[in-house]
Amino acid sequence: MPSSPKIRFRDTQIEMAHGAGGKASRRLVEGLIVPLLGGPLTGPLGDAAPVNMNGTRLAITTDSFVVKPLRFPGGSIGELAVNGTVNDLAVSGARAETLVVSFILEAGLPTEVLEQEVRALAAAAQRAGAAIAGGDTKVVEHGKADRMYITSCGIGRPIEGVEVAPASVRPGDRILISGPIGDHGITILLARGELDLEADLCSDTRSVLPLVEAMAAAAAPGIRWMRDPTRGGLATSLNELALDCGLGIYLAEEKIPVRDTVRGACELLGLEPMHIANEGQFVAVVAPEFADAALAALCAAPGGQDAAMIGEVRETPAATVLAGTAYGGTRVVDMLVGDPLPRIC
Amino acid sequence: MRFVDEFREPELITKAAHEIRRLADPRRHYRLMEICGGHTHAIYRFGLNDLLPPNIELIHGPGCPVCVLPMGRIDDGLSMTQDPNVIFTAFGDMMRVPGTQGSPLEYKARGADVRIVYSPADALKLAQSNPDRHVMFFAIGFETTAPSTALTLMRARAQGVRNFYVFCNHVTIIPAIRAILESPEMRLDAFIGPGHVSTVIGCRPYEWIARQAGKPIVVSGFEPLDLLESIMMVLRQLNDGRAQVENQYKRAVLGEGNRAALKAMADVFEPRPFFEWRGMGFIAQSALRLRECFAEFDAELRFRIPGIRVTDPKAAQCGEVLTGALKPNQCRLFGKECTPEQPVGALMVSAEGSCAAYYSYEHRKAALTVLAPAL
Repeated sequence: MPSSPKIRFRDTQIEMAHGAGGKASRRLVEGLIVPLLGGPLTGPLGDAAPVNMNGTRLAITTDSFVVKPLRFPGGSIGELAVNGTVNDLAVSGARAETLVVSFILEAGLPTEVLEQEVRALAAAAQRAGAAIAGGDTKVVEHGKADRMYITSCGIGRPIEGVEVAPASVRPGDRILISGPIGDHGITILLARGELDLEADLCSDTRSVLPLVEAMAAAAAPGIRWMRDPTRGGLATSLNELALDCGLGIYLAEEKIPVRDTVRGACELLGLEPMHIANEGQFVAVVAPEFADAALAALCAAPGGQDAAMIGEVRETPAATVLAGTAYGGTRVVDMLVGDPLPRIC
Repeated sequence: MRFVDEFREPELITKAAHEIRRLADPRRHYRLMEICGGHTHAIYRFGLNDLLPPNIELIHGPGCPVCVLPMGRIDDGLSMTQDPNVIFTAFGDMMRVPGTQGSPLEYKARGADVRIVYSPADALKLAQSNPDRHVMFFAIGFETTAPSTALTLMRARAQGVRNFYVFCNHVTIIPAIRAILESPEMRLDAFIGPGHVSTVIGCRPYEWIARQAGKPIVVSGFEPLDLLESIMMVLRQLNDGRAQVENQYKRAVLGEGNRAALKAMADVFEPRPFFEWRGMGFIAQSALRLRECFAEFDAELRFRIPGIRVTDPKAAQCGEVLTGALKPNQCRLFGKECTPEQPVGALMVSAEGSCAAYYSYEHRKAALTVLAPAL
């Protein structure tokens, strides 16, 4: 008889923080879900899983969307459901080819709302060059769900020459970001209208595949690792990398692109821009000899003009992300703890 | 961003740091307490300790309202959620603070109607849009937030709202400073005075600190340059042998404070004879309660409050950390049983809590070997 898997998750109930993408999410996934479904962890958890079908290498991923409100400046849940899955594949070094989508609908949802979202989904899939091959629809009683939720699943083929893994990250590697951070999370926060704050800001939701491809064309052998910093933000993605590779990540704070509106909202609300969700950016670790070419390719690609080199990998402090200021002060940048902004995607 | 970037200008900050190193007498050890939790957060957030010479020690004071609240008051507040007709509202800071049976967020996960509000006025609005529910606002904060609670109560009365209640935990800063100065183990050289509190109370209430206790105090803003300039001003006083109240935060703080806010507070609140502070015990005249003319809004009168007194877990040393006797990482539980994710004490929860700030921004820096930015 196989020995029973070791469950390390001890929390007695599920709370919003377990879905926030930060520390609690990691504990839940690694402490309960992975041991029961996948046995002992054989490697770090990525955004998509590699599968080998009779010698054909593929990548597969799935993601659920529960964003509130359904529509927000710059996008909607239908668009997110495609872009989120396409991006998870892209940062795993794969080009999305086929998607399937499932809808969970609350009785009473106006058909018009559903139609808008299905249209948004179709348009986003077309832009991303992915086919929607199937799906499912369930309806629950009024009051048992919040209007609509979408789950999407995607399969992709490898982008030529791109091999990403935390284990290949080395001291001296550079950290690149594809554009300004925090737009999506702050847009959603403001769109809820609870704050009496207004700002001219849009979600950044988009497929990052064209940017990843542009970077790969210029620097594929130098790309070590990529991630799309959604829930938990840039800080959480880089902390996961630091834990997975055991090295230190040093960020030059003033180089990280953040729009003034996002900075202003964060200052007012006591939030850290590096903890805010993005839906159309990715962070990459690139070997130093390829870093300039990678950045130039990103900046030259449409929508990549704000890409920046924001830091480097160092030997120490081990498994830690550190931000330095232009005047020589430093601080540790931790993962997101708790859930300041629930249901962001 | 205006009013922020000017105070984070690297060149000016570097200059200020040089000036501090010049002013600091290498034969002396300076122990400065920043009273306000907002300052503690900023010091760690901007890595200011890295810029100071080793003989300037910043001690974190008790100015984090969530941190000084005893656990029993949290239990008392949450006890009201047993009535399913109650909507419990509080600032986001409160939501993860543990009571004996869990934090407000854990109560929410178990089905209690717990909601985050961004101001007491939002809680009042909630009461007006839910006339058949009781809306309770868990009020916390120093003189910074007390005026907005006062104004909200005045509005509730003027508009005849009958289903809005305040569970008042407002505290006042001066008695806490007095308690720290009277504590026998305290050896402080000077204070960095709170910025936001002083926008309300002004600078005059600190005069006795300079005159009677003989300690310099400089009221400070919250940006890196503000704090460095305040440290410079404190060092100059100490080097000259002066003890005065000085105001670095002139762009926000007037000497006499905000008269309208003070009047609203005086109209609505009166001092409690005693109030318990976590880790510091009972301090006379250190907290506010609603005056009798606002009794109909007083949650402590409207609901049956058990009046729970809970002693902190024995191993936790929140009190010593709150009064500056211990550094956060010197507590037995720090980073082991007590982390921001699973906090034992409130100091590990609030962004203004010194333990949370230290844990988030500082404690793993110990392993750091290279400081200079390479990029």
